[in-house]
Amino acid sequence: MTGTKPPAKEEKAVSGARTWLNIVGLVVAWLLIFGVFSVLKPNFASFSNFVTILRQQAPVFMVALGMTYVIVSGGIDLSVGSVAAFASVVIAWFVMRGYSPLVALFAGLAAGTACGLFNGALVTRLKVVPFIVTLGTMLAARGLAKGLGNEQKIDAPATWLNELVAVLRPEHKWLLFPVGVWVTLLLGLLMAWILKYTRFGRHVVAVGSNEQAARLCGVPIDRVQLSVFAISGLFAGLAGLVVFSRLTVGDPTVAAGLELDAIAAVVIGGASLSGGQGSIAGSLLGALIMATIRAGGSQYGLSNWVQEVLTGGIIVLAVALDRLRMSSRQAS
Amino acid sequence: MPFLQLNRITKRFGATLALDGVDLAVEQGEVHALVGENGSGKSTLMRVLAGAIQADSGSMSLDGAAYRPRSPMDARRAGIAMIHQELSLCPHLSVAENVMLGVEETSLGMLKRSEMRGRATEALAKLGHPDLNPETEVRHLPIALRQLVEIARAVAVGSRVVILDEPTSSLTEKDVERLFGVIETLRGEGQAIVYISHFLDELERIADRLTVLRDGRNVGVLPAAETTADEIVSRMVGRQIESMYPRSPRTAGEPLLQIEGLQGVQKPVEASLEVRRNEVVGIAGLNGSGRTELLRTVFGLDRVRRGEVRVGAVSGPASPSRRWSQGIGMLSEDRKLEGLALNMSIADNITLASLRGAIVRPQEQERQAREWIAKLAVRCQGPGQAVGELSGGNQQKVAIARLLHHGVDVLLLDEPTRGIDVGSKEQIYRLIDGLANEGKAVLVVSSYLPELLGVCDRVAVMRKGVLGEAKDVETLDQESLMHEAVGA
Repeated sequence: MTGTKPPAKEEKAVSGARTWLNIVGLVVAWLLIFGVFSVLKPNFASFSNFVTILRQQAPVFMVALGMTYVIVSGGIDLSVGSVAAFASVVIAWFVMRGYSPLVALFAGLAAGTACGLFNGALVTRLKVVPFIVTLGTMLAARGLAKGLGNEQKIDAPATWLNELVAVLRPEHKWLLFPVGVWVTLLLGLLMAWILKYTRFGRHVVAVGSNEQAARLCGVPIDRVQLSVFAISGLFAGLAGLVVFSRLTVGDPTVAAGLELDAIAAVVIGGASLSGGQGSIAGSLLGALIMATIRAGGSQYGLSNWVQEVLTGGIIVLAVALDRLRMSSRQAS
Repeated sequence: MPFLQLNRITKRFGATLALDGVDLAVEQGEVHALVGENGSGKSTLMRVLAGAIQADSGSMSLDGAAYRPRSPMDARRAGIAMIHQELSLCPHLSVAENVMLGVEETSLGMLKRSEMRGRATEALAKLGHPDLNPETEVRHLPIALRQLVEIARAVAVGSRVVILDEPTSSLTEKDVERLFGVIETLRGEGQAIVYISHFLDELERIADRLTVLRDGRNVGVLPAAETTADEIVSRMVGRQIESMYPRSPRTAGEPLLQIEGLQGVQKPVEASLEVRRNEVVGIAGLNGSGRTELLRTVFGLDRVRRGEVRVGAVSGPASPSRRWSQGIGMLSEDRKLEGLALNMSIADNITLASLRGAIVRPQEQERQAREWIAKLAVRCQGPGQAVGELSGGNQQKVAIARLLHHGVDVLLLDEPTRGIDVGSKEQIYRLIDGLANEGKAVLVVSSYLPELLGVCDRVAVMRKGVLGEAKDVETLDQESLMHEAVGA
């Protein structure tokens, strides 16, 4: 890299092509995995089964959106699983008390966002590293969820909240996907747009890419970090809503390990845990790959333990392959 | 009144007086070079100017008004841009985004991308590079172009003073020419430019005036065109050699370490050297000339691209553990980061490289450590004390004790007296002398010339990755070494 040929316009094409290559690579990987399960289990490859996969794994997609922002900014959020559980219990509690579903919904999202703000405040004010802060919140939010539910599930009467990711009624078939799936997709588009085309989004990347440089240029580091954790909390709240929607109960023990699935999805999607790198599209595809493996494994009748070993292996393999690709590119 | 003026700037770090009443005056449309040896206070002075640290006393003024930056942000707002050696860019953002970082043009938070592209291209065009694509991510650019992006940022945010810290140290000659063109443009625009460089031959070409610093003092402001390299060098080094160096007369024995035509990944470019039994060989050179990389490559920490390192009669692939078993030990220049495990005990640190078998016997470790503590006069409470609690000099003794405990024959010492007090320095010099007399071969890298001249039998100079011939120390003095190091 010593020669400095006049930078040609191809440079841009190269940058853009790399992003696309990543996306194409993920799609190919997903097709392969989907293909393998389709061969193993003949009725795996059907539209309704695809919808089922999306419905079942909707929380991972939601959480991965917020996690992408946190990881791109150079942080990590381990609390999202517990926060999702907490939010689902909050929603159930409000519905059970007879509040309107809309109030319950907003209460759940507010609870999630509050947890995120709490994380962000500790990270920016006390200068404690995100790993530790969110580890603390992970335990605390789980505790709060159990406390609110008196260590039990909160049963709530069925409302329209439960339709969000339910199988579509015949008269709504034209929607193709449940509302919750569409909402996730739209939110994904919105978050991708914000990351790429707004000042805030570029500041998120800048903070993760080189915090010192960003500070020097007057980027409000603290505000960016606070917002990023709040966003992650909000999406954890949305995941809680989805969880509640599927179960019609607020279960304080639900969504354990959700944070790890989300982190895996984001990393498979091409993000770097040292920050600066990552995309919403990549994370969603990463989540899709995770979801397909989960669903395929259980539908094929693999024992739980086999599935877990398999998932673990695939995560490490995916990231190792990616790093290999990166380093060979840098060497050339 | 000069456009930028620094008056009697003084800065103290603990016991060291880094800046001792330094004046500096720079005019608009002037390239003002700042020269001095490593540690003469150049970077400290620039950090004061750029708001990274505050002076203990003294004042600054900019364009007739008092200038008191409390932070790098303040300095930037006042129009002072510092282009660091390690560039402060965000590698994952595009050229345009980096140029406009913190001053983005937006409407309702949405970036006006074409305006930003336009302003970035405009700034780049001003610097003579309208062809650089503003959409390229910075991490895909070569280093010379990254530097250009950083300068464009200074131009785009309306800087009036541009500080360039060793801007050519990692550039090829062609890129240096390109940079000089950019600097000419900045000068033409009426920017005040502070140019820090070790390469004296560059100054003649690019600088208008130069200020020489030595030991934290301003020792002269000279017109660049009429000043010879000789004059600059003699002002840079003009100090007495202290008589704290005990070098016993001795005759070198057979070669223990032979380096032939060694080339590393980036540095060294070319190095050949022989270190013999009963001999201390020194390597002089500027920061960044590749001295540390040479030691690292010899020790097997960095990859060898070409050439050979022979230890006794053995050559072949290197790794640190192989080097240890061949009887070579290395002392890192960064004691805290690479040298010692600070929260472990003295005994643990000394025996770390020499643990045998699976089981560690603490009493044995402590007994051995006690011997070394006594031999090297380490001041401590005992072998169980954490190394982090010791003074810098005593930490360094522990680090050296580790090499000796392992029974090495060849010692690679990188800046062995950096950051330690004078008393400990003298003890370490005496230790090095004793080791050479005992039959060991010692290779010392140091930025402090009197030390090399006082301790070594032969000294070689490294410049831009190329190691010169090792000459007998009797034929050398500070000025000749400095001349060779700066290539003038």
